[in-house]
Amino acid sequence: MPKTPDTAIIQIARNTSGARIVLDHVTKSYANQPVAAVEDFSMTAEPGELIMFVGPSGCGKTTTMKMINRIIEPTSGSISIDGRDVLSLNPHELRRHIGYVIQQIGLFPHMTIAENIAVVPKLLGWSKNAIGDRIDELLTTVELNPRDFAHRYPKQLSGGQQQRVGVARALAADPPVMLMDEPFGATDPITREKLQAEFLRLQDSLGKTIIFVTHDFDEAVRLGDRIAVLSDRSQIEQFDTPANILASPANDYVASFIGHGAAIKRLTLIPVTDAVLGPVSESSGGPITVCDTDTLRDALDSLVLTGLAALTVVDEARRPIGSISVDRISAVLGADVATPTVQASRP
Amino acid sequence: MTGFDFSRLLHFWSQRWPDILGLIVEHIAVVAISLLIAMVVGVGIGMLVWNRPIPRSVVIAAAGVALTIPSLAMLALLIPTFGLGWTPTVIALVMYSLLPIVRNTVVGLREVPPAVMESATGMGMNQFSVLLRIQLPIAWPIILTGVRVAAQLTIGIAAIAAYVAGPGLGSYIFQGLSSLGSVNALNFALTGTLGVVILALLVDALFVTITRYTTSRGLRA
Ligand SMILES: Nc1ncnc2c1ncn2[C@@H]1O[C@H](COP(=O)(O)OP(=O)(O)OP(=O)(O)O)[C@@H](O)[C@H]1O
Ligand SMILES: [Mg+2]
Repeated sequence: MPKTPDTAIIQIARNTSGARIVLDHVTKSYANQPVAAVEDFSMTAEPGELIMFVGPSGCGKTTTMKMINRIIEPTSGSISIDGRDVLSLNPHELRRHIGYVIQQIGLFPHMTIAENIAVVPKLLGWSKNAIGDRIDELLTTVELNPRDFAHRYPKQLSGGQQQRVGVARALAADPPVMLMDEPFGATDPITREKLQAEFLRLQDSLGKTIIFVTHDFDEAVRLGDRIAVLSDRSQIEQFDTPANILASPANDYVASFIGHGAAIKRLTLIPVTDAVLGPVSESSGGPITVCDTDTLRDALDSLVLTGLAALTVVDEARRPIGSISVDRISAVLGADVATPTVQASRP
Repeated sequence: MTGFDFSRLLHFWSQRWPDILGLIVEHIAVVAISLLIAMVVGVGIGMLVWNRPIPRSVVIAAAGVALTIPSLAMLALLIPTFGLGWTPTVIALVMYSLLPIVRNTVVGLREVPPAVMESATGMGMNQFSVLLRIQLPIAWPIILTGVRVAAQLTIGIAAIAAYVAGPGLGSYIFQGLSSLGSVNALNFALTGTLGVVILALLVDALFVTITRYTTSRGLRA
């Protein structure tokens, strides 16, 4: 019989659409290691925020993340979720309300996909019917047909499908907080992009507070509400929106992490409609058009591909609403550089 | 010494089949009881020591030593304390079974991928649930292989138990050996030996079936 969890955990659990996570001067030193893996780390994640940890291998991303669900205990400092100090909570009960996806996925090989997803709901004492409904709902959410997949075993799934199940399993009990350690790491670029798109769509409707670890800066730009660029000992070099980091990296370290093509990466964040569109007459026409839901990056792509000076922008009904050119794209970036502190919203 | 005569052997069987059947049942019973005890004890010990390096090495070394004691010596050593018959036999068979069962339990539990362990812990299972609901089922085919090896071992060793007046087919073998030269000496020895061999083959087949039906389909190759 599960014993009744304490009230603090129940309160955290009720808040299924995001909790505030506060890390306050958190340090972790592993035994027999001369330097700390994480040193004096402070950060606040607002409810519903998707925060990306980016940094080179060994900088302490995983260690920092795992202290939130107490897989690793901090040496000093405090961590709270919705104002409750996690160190004062029963770790097993706490973890049932924090979705956890690890890089190696770690599906249970002896259980079917349905049984894998049912683990946490079972621990929480849900009824059989509720669990069954939830499994169908989640598999549908991650675009795996329940009829096809519920009764398969993990080894009968491709890597990408397994990662979706890993995400579905972490979402099972509708936790307010999700910790995701390179959840799409083991997939090819195409599958990865597809999973990222699905994940963004999912997060738009769920609004969980998510800590997402990656060492792929492009992934961070694509998914994050805010990105924490980390260096050794989990030092925060910059913590800001993707647009602001791309527009004005805080230092050389961040700039080198962004790598080449910062301007082009920024374009992926800006919708075409943010540009001052020219008159339709400016465009030389032709079959290639830009949709008003596309990003400036898509527009530039089409411009380069066609070699035309300007392209027609069309709305959903494919009615022309204006034209876009390289000059007009550059103008948007220029404006952004001038006001680097403006909080750009996610695409 | 009389030469071998197949028709005499058949005659020997037709005369004594109720007796032979009784010995076979005894043999199966003593092996089954010993294996059940060894499984409970061995898997239990394995669960206790699998993640503790020193107790683990000590237990496996001790079980290894037990296995090197010649069976006659082991049985003789048990007589002063436990007397004759079933008790010393079962104790000896359990001791011989422990090594393969404990070792395979430890190996099986340790072989569960760290990622699987971590996601189980990360989902809020305590150490005991992880052991019972994740590790044990994943280790199960490996543990059963240990039991299977123990079964082969004990079917053979049980035959020696007739030395301490233990149950089973061994009594025919010993009777044959102690009456060499008599009319039925060879028939006794041959019947006992054949019985043991056939039993071993049947039990092995049984284990293949058990493994198949008790292992999750997700773990089968
Ligand atoms: N269990 C451990 N014992 C000792 N040192 C450790 C342990 N785990 C991690 N470290 C060290 O702590 C540092 C941070 O490790 P961490 O796993 O947090 O890095 P990371 O940023 O997640 O790297 P990666 O991108 O490669 O996953 C590294 O220098 C690592 O060697
Ligand atoms: Mg890591």
